Amino acid sequence: MSDPVLQVADLDVRFGDVRAVRGVGYEVRAGEVLGIVGESGSGKSVTALAVMGLLPPHARVTGSVRLRGTEILGAKEKTLTAFRGRTISMVFQDPLSALTPVYRVGDQIAEAVRVHQKVTAEQAMVRAVELLDLVGIPNPGQRARAFPHEFSGGMRQRAVIAMAVANDPDVIICDEPTTALDVTIQAQVLDVLKKAQKETGAAIVMITHDLGVVAGFADRVLVMYAGRAVEVGQVDDIYYRPRMPYTMGLLGSVPRLDAGGRRPLVPIEGNPPSPAELPPGCPFTPRCPMAIEACAEAEPPLEPVNGPGHLAACIRAEEIARENLSPAEVYDVAGEVRGRHAATPEPAAEPAAGPAVRAAPTPREGREVVLSVADLVKHYPLTKGAVFRRRVGTVHAVDGITFDIRRGETLGLVGESGCGKTTTLTEILELTKPQRGTIAVLGRDVAALGARDRTALRRDMQVVFQDPLASLDPRMTVYDILAEPLRTQGRRDAGTRVRELLDLVGLDPGHAARYPQDFSGGQRQRIGIARALALEPKLVLLDEPVSALDVSIQAGVVNLLEDLRRRLGLSYLFVAHDLAVVRHLADRVAVMYLGRIAEIGDVERVYGAPMHPYTQALLSAIPLPDPVKERSRRRILLEGDLPSPAHPPSGCRFRTRCPKFKALTDGERVRCVEVEPEVRPLDVDQGVACHYAEKLEVV
Amino acid sequence: MSIADEELAEQVVKIKAPSRGRVVARRFFTMRQGQLGFALLALMFLLAFAGPHFTHWTYTDKDFAAFLRPPSAEHYWGTLQTGADVFAVTLRGMQKSLIVGLLVAVVATTLAAVVGAFAGYFLGWTDRVLMWVVDLLLVLPSFLILAIMSPLFAGGAWVLFVIMLALFLWMITSKVVRGMTVSLKEREFISAARYMGVPAPTIIFRHVIPNMSSLLVVDATLNVSSAILTETTLSYFGFGIQPPDVSLGSLIADGSKTAVFAPWTFWFAAGLLILTVLSVNLIGDSLRDAFDPTSKRGS
Ligand code: SF4
Ligand code: SF4
Repeated sequence: MSDPVLQVADLDVRFGDVRAVRGVGYEVRAGEVLGIVGESGSGKSVTALAVMGLLPPHARVTGSVRLRGTEILGAKEKTLTAFRGRTISMVFQDPLSALTPVYRVGDQIAEAVRVHQKVTAEQAMVRAVELLDLVGIPNPGQRARAFPHEFSGGMRQRAVIAMAVANDPDVIICDEPTTALDVTIQAQVLDVLKKAQKETGAAIVMITHDLGVVAGFADRVLVMYAGRAVEVGQVDDIYYRPRMPYTMGLLGSVPRLDAGGRRPLVPIEGNPPSPAELPPGCPFTPRCPMAIEACAEAEPPLEPVNGPGHLAACIRAEEIARENLSPAEVYDVAGEVRGRHAATPEPAAEPAAGPAVRAAPTPREGREVVLSVADLVKHYPLTKGAVFRRRVGTVHAVDGITFDIRRGETLGLVGESGCGKTTTLTEILELTKPQRGTIAVLGRDVAALGARDRTALRRDMQVVFQDPLASLDPRMTVYDILAEPLRTQGRRDAGTRVRELLDLVGLDPGHAARYPQDFSGGQRQRIGIARALALEPKLVLLDEPVSALDVSIQAGVVNLLEDLRRRLGLSYLFVAHDLAVVRHLADRVAVMYLGRIAEIGDVERVYGAPMHPYTQALLSAIPLPDPVKERSRRRILLEGDLPSPAHPPSGCRFRTRCPKFKALTDGERVRCVEVEPEVRPLDVDQGVACHYAEKLEVV
Repeated sequence: MSIADEELAEQVVKIKAPSRGRVVARRFFTMRQGQLGFALLALMFLLAFAGPHFTHWTYTDKDFAAFLRPPSAEHYWGTLQTGADVFAVTLRGMQKSLIVGLLVAVVATTLAAVVGAFAGYFLGWTDRVLMWVVDLLLVLPSFLILAIMSPLFAGGAWVLFVIMLALFLWMITSKVVRGMTVSLKEREFISAARYMGVPAPTIIFRHVIPNMSSLLVVDATLNVSSAILTETTLSYFGFGIQPPDVSLGSLIADGSKTAVFAPWTFWFAAGLLILTVLSVNLIGDSLRDAFDPTSKRGS
């Protein structure tokens, strides 16, 4: 084996008294990919910045970072600059911060080339265009002259990757390089990274919170918790034979795209500790289902378990290895769910409709329609100029969509950013006459509502927003927040109901006097859910309710939502971009593309055998947290970016990126170009808007 | 009744408390500064309104046996050139200044908050009309108008005086409030309230204005000082509170002439003015922290 190109040992980072990183060490060899996973606050990004020497001056860094044998920690700025870009380079989460807005993209890449190589400006420019071509930017010669803001998010990230590989570095550190991107774009960018790695033979350190991204990409994985490495090993060891309870929890809490049926997720109780006040001993003790007294005594060192390459920091790792415990066994999922139900008094709301919905399902047709949307259209004027606003076009945000939700059912509305899913949600929430089409809530057409009826109808339809901090008034106590809907609808007994609600969502009623900011993200979202449930609505609209949360926390909220739906007989409209979460929660799913529904139907059918080329690409783009499956999967990569909703393509909107369209004969293509496909039912509860739909298994 | 029910009943009693008003009040009074400011201001009021009962001199009386005398047992704080009792006139001035200062501040800040928030929340015509009024008031020469109207204040019509003073103090703040409202309106918790069916005026008073409380409290605190000072300036020029009535402003204006050789004519009034402004500032500071859940003090 070759010598490691990057060796990090005993890395310690302190900000004042806070130890953000505590004794992290790893090494990577040429051509190897090391994945570093952890939740927010685990210190994974700080580690990367420390290695690059990019931390602010008040951070105190100790330990050792060796690049090809040379110590670079504490080296002079001049030495560092020589290394940065040439031997080691970095790709950040936000590509905009890495590109200077006032320079052309090509010039910036050429500049990066010229800093380290003695070439003329022309040669550098030629190299820049080559690099842009390498990262798959179409028309590289022309695009090199564009400014960063003229690039889409995915293209910018490609440009940053081009810059990172410009000087053939030995190590590329990628800090959440795809987190800000849509899944189909993420698939493109990951593909580019792989290609770039092959081209340069560099080692990659991939920092991410997404266990799926790492599964298919990394050779080795390092799991971080509370500023420490808690488990390191080959990717298969970590995914199939985890030995540290935290890793197990993390793996169990990820919603799986490939898991049919509804297996409850395994949430990890509690919250990650704040680096300022770590518990004594193993930092995972307060949340660990296997914790024993000895855990709190001393921090367990990172020690080998079954085999030299696999290290875990847990005093019970040996035991776990011996008995080969699975995450489900360690976390005892069923027991936990049962336990909580027993402790919660059954709420008064319609006991008959509660568990019955799932246990003895009335056929879909027999159930009442809670929400029906028919041919909904929402266009925005596109204006230009600050003083004299001129209308320069129309944004077709939502362009004729139709769906309905029956009682006790969850419809997942999915799509990438810009597909119109959020606009749809807002249109429904407004309860006013839409530009075109009809919206009917509980059988009442909203166009015909008077002001009083509208207020009354709001009682039955509530919403949970994406960002719990933004959706809760920071100046109100939790008590006031939860009492608000009650007061608005003229309920007197707020006190009792508030307690009930807090209890229902698993929060301590004694905390009612606190402000939202005193809670963690997951708890805040629970408050948001409690508020939505205050008036016992029939329909709850969920706007990306878990996407702002870490996976271990997200799992708890997902379970809660599912649990509440079953017990209270709720119907959900679940708007999300994360298809894995949708599979977990939804009965039916509607996939949107550019303001239209591409495919709609039963979740199992759509995920099992998607028929629309877009659904197929979307599903195949999502990385699975399963290394073996991930390696054997074929990705359908979409080309290019989403067309602007101001100028949707004629005929089928997907045709500019449709892989199927490319395979068609010219004669067949005419239909795609000229006729806009309507959603046609093609199977039992599966409708597709494609002229040439056929089934394909992609997950 | 099972144990759980008892617990529930207990909880309900406990849960009554945590509404915003109570939490803010609790936070305010646990702060050393808040206690101090509140006590100081209460003391000022006590002095201003109860103090005059401890002397037989009234603010209109003149002691022709004692002109410009230093403090003594007869005249606690000495006398003025006219023979008026400094203790009596200063307290009378305090009464006026306290009422004028606090009322003007409250009226002006409330007006600013309400007008700005409504304009920013509804935009459109409401906004245009309200901002037109604001702009109009901004270009009017306030001092001149107050001066012209001053004879009206003479007959004890100090309420009118308060309103006029307040009317010229709120415009800039209301513009700031309007701007903040426009951006607050985009926040999700406002949408959440809207989708709950909360009527717009309630949203404004429950969500918009409380979220600007820091700004408003600071503004009100400054307004107290500037109201007292404006009144002082007006009095100095002979407008504002008219003789024989007095205010701290007119007293300081008079006293400043004799301050060098008869400090008691000046320093009691000036000292009380400083103490009043100080206590208002202390209260303002603590109130701002009490409203702001991110502030660590007092929790
Ligand atoms: S050391 Fe103890 S608390 Fe820490 S992970 Fe292992 S069993 Fe859990
Ligand atoms: S209609 Fe044509 S372009 Fe559209 S998805 Fe189907 S095959 Fe592709």
